[in-house]
Amino acid sequence: MEKLEILQAYWWLLIAVLGAVLVFLLFVQGGQSMLWCKASQSEKQLMVNSLGRKWEFTFTTLVVFGGAFFASFPLFYSTSFGGAYWLWMLILVSFVLQAVSYEFRSKKGNIYGTAVYDIFLTFNGLFGCVLLGVAVGMFFFGGEFTVARANILDPASPVISQWAPSHGLEAIACWKNLLLGFAVFFLARTLASLYFINNIGGSEFFTARMRRNTLVNGLIFAVLFVTFLVVLLLADGFRNTGNGFVAEPNIYLHNLLDMWYLCILLLSGVVAVLYGIFRASFSRTWRSGIWFAGFGVVAVVVVLFLIAGYGGTAYLPSLCDPQSSLSIANSSSSEFTLTVMSWVSILVPFVLGYIWYVWSKMNAKPLTEKELESESHKY
Amino acid sequence: MSDLLGVVDWSRAQFALTAMYHWLFVPLTIGLSLIVAIMETIYVRTGEKRWKNITKFWMSLFGINFACGVATGLILEFEFGTNWSNYSWFVGDIFGAPLAIEGLLAFFMEATFVAVMFFGWNKVSRGFHLASSWLTALGVSLSALWILIANAWMQSPVGMEFDPAQMRNVMRDFWAVALNPVAINKFFHAVMSGWALAGVFVVGISSWLLLRRRNIDVAKDSIKIGATVGLVGILLTMMTGHGSAVEVARVQPMKLAAMEGLYEGSCGQDIVGIGVLKSNPAATPDDPMLFDISIPHGLSLLIDMNTTSFVPGINDLIEGRTITEAGDTIYGMSYADKMVCGQKVREALRDYDTARKTGDETGMATAISTIKNNFQYFGYGYLNSPQDAIPPVAMTFYAFHIMVIFGGYLMLYLLLVAFMAFKGKNGIENKWMCILGILSIAIVWICSQAGWIVAEVGRQPWVIQDLMPTTAAISSIQVSSVQLTFWVFAAIFTALLIAEISIMLRYINNASKTDIATKE
Repeated sequence: MEKLEILQAYWWLLIAVLGAVLVFLLFVQGGQSMLWCKASQSEKQLMVNSLGRKWEFTFTTLVVFGGAFFASFPLFYSTSFGGAYWLWMLILVSFVLQAVSYEFRSKKGNIYGTAVYDIFLTFNGLFGCVLLGVAVGMFFFGGEFTVARANILDPASPVISQWAPSHGLEAIACWKNLLLGFAVFFLARTLASLYFINNIGGSEFFTARMRRNTLVNGLIFAVLFVTFLVVLLLADGFRNTGNGFVAEPNIYLHNLLDMWYLCILLLSGVVAVLYGIFRASFSRTWRSGIWFAGFGVVAVVVVLFLIAGYGGTAYLPSLCDPQSSLSIANSSSSEFTLTVMSWVSILVPFVLGYIWYVWSKMNAKPLTEKELESESHKY
Repeated sequence: MSDLLGVVDWSRAQFALTAMYHWLFVPLTIGLSLIVAIMETIYVRTGEKRWKNITKFWMSLFGINFACGVATGLILEFEFGTNWSNYSWFVGDIFGAPLAIEGLLAFFMEATFVAVMFFGWNKVSRGFHLASSWLTALGVSLSALWILIANAWMQSPVGMEFDPAQMRNVMRDFWAVALNPVAINKFFHAVMSGWALAGVFVVGISSWLLLRRRNIDVAKDSIKIGATVGLVGILLTMMTGHGSAVEVARVQPMKLAAMEGLYEGSCGQDIVGIGVLKSNPAATPDDPMLFDISIPHGLSLLIDMNTTSFVPGINDLIEGRTITEAGDTIYGMSYADKMVCGQKVREALRDYDTARKTGDETGMATAISTIKNNFQYFGYGYLNSPQDAIPPVAMTFYAFHIMVIFGGYLMLYLLLVAFMAFKGKNGIENKWMCILGILSIAIVWICSQAGWIVAEVGRQPWVIQDLMPTTAAISSIQVSSVQLTFWVFAAIFTALLIAEISIMLRYINNASKTDIATKE
């Protein structure tokens, strides 16, 4: 492997990890979608304040995910964001509304009333998850676009990436993408239930309800995810064999079998998720399900990203012109830029270290009504 | 072509809308994070509970504002892709790296430690909490650093070369990009203006408390810190503003000419202090001003430290004209010549593409040679006439002068407030001083926005100076789509701004009814 290829693979791995952490952190969105469930006012306050202390992490990870894609695979950034315009705009709107809702919802003078901000949070909880799932679904099931770099020389029509006129709405209408979208949504709700079990204390009744929520949402997620996995492993894709992209049936199954270590990671992830869900559902005292399920989610999502991008696979297949498909080889930044950024990425463990330290300090004790009453800053 | 222009105009409007709303919140976040950290430091050093309460009072306002900055920032980042897809590809190799570093180093620092600031009072030690406040302030400034490096690169592209095989720029020297003199000036200018803005904000809100005769001691203590930070901020903003202007003269002389409404330059050029442009200043290039008060030789002196040096006007630049101190006129490269060079690059790129497909090594080498020799004028190949390279003169001129005049006022005002706060007896409580303090809040925001209008409108028609015009940077989307999202964002941002102002006013009003210093 040449240095550039190693760097491309390394940065795709980092993108995969960032994407996986983002999916884990969507527990915030999952929790937001549960605000209108049967919860008393005080329980709702606890849920909002528990999530409100973590929303910034999800938000920041989304921003960094976008930034890292821009930096390492700018042709994807250019093609997907400029092409699937409506899909990304809907995602952005949902996150903008979320960003202010925590801070504003309970403040006096917020003009629109607490209920409106809670609707914003719910909107983000549902659409944020489903649409991000749809966006990731395009990594496998593609989009209708073409890429012609020479267009930039034509002043009358200089755009190099051209997308179908529906601009991302067709991706939302694709049932395979939606399948993943709803799987992500129910996963987020499952993780949220596990997070509440871990982070909210003082009410056994609430915890017991969250354990039931974990089981119900977890089972729906499992059914949707297994269906998605079967559809994915039977799907066709494109692989660059050196002479352009060639269609290949069951390409993701082949990738999984070729990279056997990913099979092990996938199975470990699935087992960890199921263990986290089932033990938390049936135990009366165990609160650590979020960490097992969280590890499992990260492992599974990393595997999905890697089988989408490694081995010359087109990670954004073009359905109307296969040769326009994007792979990590034809869409990346230059060797120099990837090298510079790789040096910077040495700081990732340090960043993760202080995040872990602060998280553990702040979450050392479960959040209770008593603590909330004494807080000067609450949502 | 008309549809293309429609998309360009609406995409520009959408980006300007997002950027201007974003910049309403960001400078306050930058400056207030510092002020809060200073106040908390005083609390930790003195152990006085009143300082903890003062810190919390301003921290709450910081939190209300912070959320809006984060929300608009997300849109801004993704709009590079959604609305400017060609640009994303053309510069992604350079622009992406600062963005990624910004996310990794700054955003996570902010996100992590801001939570400790708000919720950690009873969970972590006093020292750790203080460190978190300072790290949040540092994270906020680091965020500004990397995005401003990226912005500076758009004003003055350095440290890269064009790769004809991929039709994009690739980075060759990271340090040239990171330490670009334009970036250094821009970073300090923007961050220091945030200090000034937050300082004026703190003084203004405190003045309101004084006017209402509530929490007088809290207000006076806050004014001391606000005025000090604000004064340091405005002085450094002026200093770096001068540095920025010198850089503009070096790398964007057309922008400088527009800032001054200067069509015909001269040796020993005057600088306009206050002025009104004629309705069609280009028609009378020798006398474009309806009215002006100018400082003789001021522009030459400020830009070149020489009262007799030549400063080119818009027409000089278009015609490639320079006048020596001896009075001789020399003609260099005109914009028409640059357009020819740009068209040559485009032709050479087509030749290169053809030669590459047929494996013609000689043809490729010839094309590369032409591209390298002319690439600095690549963007001019897109222009239809030299006049297309002139930015909107009136908007740039007025924005620049509003910024300078208001900046000068703010310096004098903060100097007076600082003097009164530290040396004066009760002058700071004077009714008119208090009213002035409240009015100054609006002035500092107008000043801050005007600065960005100068930077971005003055750069037009370029999205990347000389290399890519805004018309070539866009995405392939329908005008109606961008119009719709423009109005959606306009409605959302406006609604959020109204809510933020309302919450702040209610919070300040309610807090003022209690004794902030002794509050439990």
